Amino acid sequence: MGVLELISGKRLWRGVHVPEHKEQTCRLPIRRLPFPPMLVVPLSQHTGAPAKPIVREGQEVVRGEPIAQADGFVSVPMHAPATGRVERIALAPSARGDLTPAIFIRPYASASQEVLYGAPQDIEQMTPEQVILAVQATGVVGLGGAAFPTHVKLKVPEGKTIDTIVVNGCECEPYLTSDHRVMVEYPAAVLHGARVVMRAMGAPRAIVGVEDNKMDAVEALNKANGAAAGISIVPVAAKYPQGAEKMLIKVLLNREIPTGGLPSDIGVGVFNVATLAQIGELLPRRQGLIERVVTVSGPGVNKPGNYLVPLGAPVRWVLEHAECTDLASSVILGGPMMGAAIGSFDVPVTKGVTGILVLTDREWNQRIYPCIHCASCVTICPMHLNPSQLGMLARKERYEEMAAEYHLNDCFECGCCSYVCPSHIPLVQYFRVAKQANRKAKARA
Amino acid sequence: MKTTVIEVSTSPHLHSGHSVDVIMRNVVYALLPVCAYAVWLFGISALALIVTTTAACVLTEHVICRISNKPTSVGDFSVVITGVLLGLVLPPGFPLWMAVVGSIIAVAPGKMLFGGLGFNAFNPALVGRAFLQAAFPVAITSYTPALALHRFTGLIPSTLAFPLMKAPPLAEWIARVRIDAFSGATPLMLQKFEHVSSDPWTLFWGQRAGSAGESSALLILLGGAYLVARKMMDWRIPVAMLSGAFFFGALFHAARPDLYPSPWFVLFTGGLMLGAVFMATDPVASPVTPLGMWIYGILMGLITVLIRFLGGLAEGVMYAILLGNALSPLIDKITQPRPYGAPKKVGL
Repeated sequence: MGVLELISGKRLWRGVHVPEHKEQTCRLPIRRLPFPPMLVVPLSQHTGAPAKPIVREGQEVVRGEPIAQADGFVSVPMHAPATGRVERIALAPSARGDLTPAIFIRPYASASQEVLYGAPQDIEQMTPEQVILAVQATGVVGLGGAAFPTHVKLKVPEGKTIDTIVVNGCECEPYLTSDHRVMVEYPAAVLHGARVVMRAMGAPRAIVGVEDNKMDAVEALNKANGAAAGISIVPVAAKYPQGAEKMLIKVLLNREIPTGGLPSDIGVGVFNVATLAQIGELLPRRQGLIERVVTVSGPGVNKPGNYLVPLGAPVRWVLEHAECTDLASSVILGGPMMGAAIGSFDVPVTKGVTGILVLTDREWNQRIYPCIHCASCVTICPMHLNPSQLGMLARKERYEEMAAEYHLNDCFECGCCSYVCPSHIPLVQYFRVAKQANRKAKARA
Repeated sequence: MKTTVIEVSTSPHLHSGHSVDVIMRNVVYALLPVCAYAVWLFGISALALIVTTTAACVLTEHVICRISNKPTSVGDFSVVITGVLLGLVLPPGFPLWMAVVGSIIAVAPGKMLFGGLGFNAFNPALVGRAFLQAAFPVAITSYTPALALHRFTGLIPSTLAFPLMKAPPLAEWIARVRIDAFSGATPLMLQKFEHVSSDPWTLFWGQRAGSAGESSALLILLGGAYLVARKMMDWRIPVAMLSGAFFFGALFHAARPDLYPSPWFVLFTGGLMLGAVFMATDPVASPVTPLGMWIYGILMGLITVLIRFLGGLAEGVMYAILLGNALSPLIDKITQPRPYGAPKKVGL
C-alpha cells in the first residue's frame, strides 16, 4: 500500500489492532453439521417480544414450517429447523445465564430434511410495505450478533429518506470468519439481499464495506456484481471495532449518528452481509430462517471450521463435532471482544450466534493496578469518551455523573479500553454495572 | 470433552498484554543508557549517587507499605524510576546523605502520602529535587566538570560529605582534575551569567557539565523513541514540550539575538530533554486527553523558557513540570473530548 493510499484510504482512526487469529478458519469452506438428537429453539432469540408458539407437544413438524408466530411488530416468527416431533415446550438455558422458554424438537433420523415448505414470490411486484412483512415472515434478524429484527429497520421513519445502504462486511472481531465465508461462497445472495433492502427503503445506492484482510471476498463480490449500477464494494483498512455500524458509517460516508439516534437519522441503513445473504436466499422462496453459519474456532478445538448449524443445536453438539479439547477454559458465543462467555454447554445456537470460541490458558486473577492515567484508553476509544475518568467515577459509584457529564450511554462496550488497559481495570464491566444501576434508578423514579 | 468447569467472565476476553509493571520496567531499561553515560562522563560518584537514590527510594516505599500493613508495591517498578530519575537530576558530586533525604521526601510525601502509584499529583522525583533545591541551594548548584581526571578511581570530594555537614568546597579539586575546555559550570550558567555560548552539536552529544543524567540529548531521545515504539509512552507530551520550548525560544532569539541564545541551545541544555522525555511524561501527573497533552506540553515549554530567560535561575525545567503537574487536572477538565455523535462544541 502506497503512502498516498495510506493517507487517503478509508480507515478507522481510533480503535485497536487486535491479533486476528482468522487464519485457522478463513480458508475452510462452509460445511453442514448433522442434526443433533434434540433441537432447542428458544422463543426469544431476538430483541423485542418473544415469539408465541403455535405448535403443541407431541405435534409433528416439517423442516421450515412456522412453529411460533411474531408477537407484534417488533418480533419475529420461528421455523422448525428439522422435520421431527415437538417433545415439549419448556425452559432452556440461554447465553445470558437464565432460563427462557423454548420448543424442544426431536428430529426424525430417517427424514430427508429437504426444505419443502414455502412458495415462490416475486419481489419486483411487491410494495415496500409488502417487502417488510415478507421479511418479517422469514424470521430474519441481524445475524451480525445484535439479533434486532431486520424488518423493523426496513421501515423508514416518517419524514426521513434513506440515500445509502451500508452493507457491513467488516467482521472485525478476531477469530470470526463466518461472514467472510458467506461473502466468498454466496456473493450473489448478499447482493440480492442488498437490492431487496434498497428497494424496501427506497435507497438509490449501497456500499459494501469489507476489511482489507478479506480481499478474496471483495473479489467474489465484485465478480458477482459485474457492472451493475447502484452497489459498490469498498475495501477498508482492517481495525477493530470497524464493524460497529457507527464506525463503519463514519469511515465510509464520514457521517456521525447523533447521540441517541439511529442510522436513519442521517439517511443510512446498515445491514450485515450474513443477514442480507439469508434475505436474498429465503425471500424469493418465502422460506424461514432455520440455520446459520457459525465459526467454531479458538485454541481449544481440534477441528475448527465454518459450520452451517441448525438453529437450536446445543453448543455441546457443535463442540463435539469440532473436537473440543480438555484444555478449554472458557467458551464464548460471538467474538472475543464483545461475545458472552457461557456457563453451560446446553445453551443452544440461536440466530445471533456468529461464532463459538473455545479459549484456553486465560490469565486469571491478573493483578489490577490503580489507574496510572496512561491515556491509552482515551486515545483509542472509538466513541471519543474518557474511559479513564469513567472508570474512576465508577469506582466511587458516581453512576449518574458518569451518564450526565461523561457520556456513559454512548459507550457501546466494544472492549477496546479494557483490552489496552495496562492496569487490567475491567472498565467495560464497570460501565455495564453503571448503566444497569442507572436503568434501575430510573425505573424506581 | 471436559464438561466440568468452564470459566465465565464478561467481555472482552482478550488483552493486549500490556501491564503496569512491564511498562515501568521498560522505562527503567530506557534510562539505563543514560545512567551508563552519566557514569562514563562523571565517574563512580555518579554511579554511587544513582545507586543511593534508587535504593533509598525503594526502601522508603517498602517500609511505608509495611508500616501501613499493605502488601509492598515496589514490585510495580514505579519507585525504581523515581529513584533513578532523582539520581539523574542531581549534580554528580551531590552529597549522598542529602540524596537520601531527597529520596525519602520524594517517596514519602511525594507519592505514598497521596495514596501511592496512580494518585500522586506531582512527579515524585521532582518533588524530591524541589525539596533539595530549597534545603541545600549550594550543594545542588555545585557542578563538577565532565571527563575529569581520575573519575573512575576516586569519588568527587563532596560525595562523601558527612551527614548533616556541609559539603567541602570543590574549586580546588576541580582545578586539579579538569581537562582543557571543561569547567564545572553548566552551559546554561555560562550563557546566563557569563554570556558564553556553547555549540549546540557538542551539547547534543552531551559532553558537558550538568546534572548526572541530563547531558546526552541523543541517548535520552533514543530511550524515549524506544518507549514510544513499544507504545509505553505517549509521544505527544515530549513533542509538545520540546517544540513549545523551541518555538518560544526562537521568538525571544528573533527579538534580541544578542541577549537570548538560539532555540537549538534552549533545546539541548539543562534538563529540558530529560524532563520532557522522562519526567513530564509521568502519566499519573499529566493530562489524559490528547488536546490536554498538547496544551500541557507547550505550557511547560513556555514556562521553561520564561524562567531561563527572564527569571533569576539558570534552569527552569523542574518548576515548569511541577507547575504543569499542578495544572493538569484543570487542563483535563477543559479539554474533555467531544464524543462521537455529540453536537460540535463551540469554543473550548
